[in-house]
Amino acid sequence: MLAQFLQFFFSGITVGATYALAALGFTLIYNASNVINFAQGEFIMLGGMLAVFFTQAGLPLPAALLLAILVPAVVGVLIEKLAIEPVKGAETVTLIIITIGASLVIRGLAAVIFGKGTHSLPAFSGDAPIEVLGATLMPQSLWVLGVTAVVVVVLWYFFTRTLTGKAMLATSYNRLAAELVGINTNGVLFMSFAMSAALGALGGILVTPITLTSYDAGIMLGLKGFVAAVLGGLGNGLGAVVGGLLVGLLESLGAGYLSSAYKDAIPFVLILFILFFMPRGLFGARVTDRV
Amino acid sequence: MQKRAYYGLYIVIAILAVLPMVLPNSFYLDLAIRMAINAVIVLGLNLLIGFAGQISLGHAGFLGIGAYASAVLPTHFGWHPLLAMGAGAVATGLLAALVARPIFKLKGNYLAMATLGLGIILNIALRNEATWTGGPDGMPVPAFGLFGFELSNDKQWYWVVAILLSVSVWASLNLIDSPFGRALRALHGSEVASRVVGVDVVRYKVAIFVMSAVFASLMGSVTAHYVGFVTPNLADFFHSIELVTMVVIGGMASVYGSLVGAVLLTALPQALATFEGWETVVFGAILMICMIFLPKGLVPTLAAKFDKGDQA
Repeated sequence: MLAQFLQFFFSGITVGATYALAALGFTLIYNASNVINFAQGEFIMLGGMLAVFFTQAGLPLPAALLLAILVPAVVGVLIEKLAIEPVKGAETVTLIIITIGASLVIRGLAAVIFGKGTHSLPAFSGDAPIEVLGATLMPQSLWVLGVTAVVVVVLWYFFTRTLTGKAMLATSYNRLAAELVGINTNGVLFMSFAMSAALGALGGILVTPITLTSYDAGIMLGLKGFVAAVLGGLGNGLGAVVGGLLVGLLESLGAGYLSSAYKDAIPFVLILFILFFMPRGLFGARVTDRV
Repeated sequence: MQKRAYYGLYIVIAILAVLPMVLPNSFYLDLAIRMAINAVIVLGLNLLIGFAGQISLGHAGFLGIGAYASAVLPTHFGWHPLLAMGAGAVATGLLAALVARPIFKLKGNYLAMATLGLGIILNIALRNEATWTGGPDGMPVPAFGLFGFELSNDKQWYWVVAILLSVSVWASLNLIDSPFGRALRALHGSEVASRVVGVDVVRYKVAIFVMSAVFASLMGSVTAHYVGFVTPNLADFFHSIELVTMVVIGGMASVYGSLVGAVLLTALPQALATFEGWETVVFGAILMICMIFLPKGLVPTLAAKFDKGDQA
């Protein structure tokens, strides 16, 4: 009983951590620009795919992983510079469609460059499972959870203790006021896309040894990250992390106890419930309205 | 302006009447039928996006309900195709209303998220309930017949969808020009202002959403009978995106823009077949470029240019 529950719990928080990173990415960009970036999932896919690609090309693991985070960050910045900045102030529909277009371009390029097959990455520190009260925990899960925890702490430090972080927060509260006190809000937008893409890619790299990856893996991961962000209250960082873990847990428990065939539907049933009964999410106090 | 809008309708009817005579072979006839089917769906979706300012990312799901109602009910329960089609439309309408009411009470673009979720759930259900739907492989659809007459060849189908399209264009033009349409346009202009003059904002938005969902469901049934086979791909997220793209490229809130968008994007995959493997990239790039340089869409942008030329 307990062993089985623990097993579902472990796999739930592991994928949940990836959703949390994706949700943080959504939150960063949403706060800086009110854009819901539908290309977020592609950064997750890019991270995993590039890590596979660079390690197979013979690069040492740390260098490969670093590049697999940097390249998506550059892609994120390119999207911001080429496609989001030129249409500033456009309608939400327009912005949503631009990011969907970007996601198609990235996914299509990935299919052309890496092929349509499924790829895997060796686990960072072996495959010997750890026994915990009858359940098994993969060492890679510890990597996922550990790195996510470190990222959350670093982000917290960044946003509360550094000038750049505070400038980003200020912009999310009130863009005009931030501009008036001399904050470079375009720079904030730039930073947000770079960080958001890097976070997504990091999540993708970490989870690839467990879930494998392919050119089209980004859609579902991205959408679930989005559900996590909405569950936490769109625009709230802490909410994004809690939302991610919750979505992962509910999905895993639902798949285990209810129906594994409908595993992928669980986050989307969840999003309908959230919108119907608590549209601000768990922690969202801010009114998310774009006029 | 209004008169010119109706001239467009006559032009559409004229084109539809002449088209089968100039199409060189059945490949193009099939393409024309699929364009017309998409055009009707896009007309409905455009009323929602263009006039209510709300985006649906799950319209293919509604299409799927209609298509699968027409496949499952006659096959497994022996329903008459027309009854099945109606049942699909009613079910879609109810579902859309059920979802839309709480969503439209919120401000902001929550409909995009809700329809996204709904569309994906529907698609997963279609893939999983293999005993009823044939699962990922899909299932055959019985032919459509009425009063002992069976729609069998492409020529007959062409005339059916041509009439459906003409009626839809006419109905859309009338709707936009009716008090209902004026209320919708006011809504898009300023929600607060329209509430002040007594427009029941929530009710109008729900009505337009339900209507566009029912359009999609009905055309889903038509597609199912025409193709003779349904697969869950008909109801997937990518198809929803394709439909939204047709609206946006043609021009939001533009009836003729919807037609242009549907025609161009239905033809696009054929044109892109030469870019073996690069279709997705090109498709995405077109989306982005259109949105960045023609945010109003092709038809309204061209119309504005043309008007300026007139005055000069």
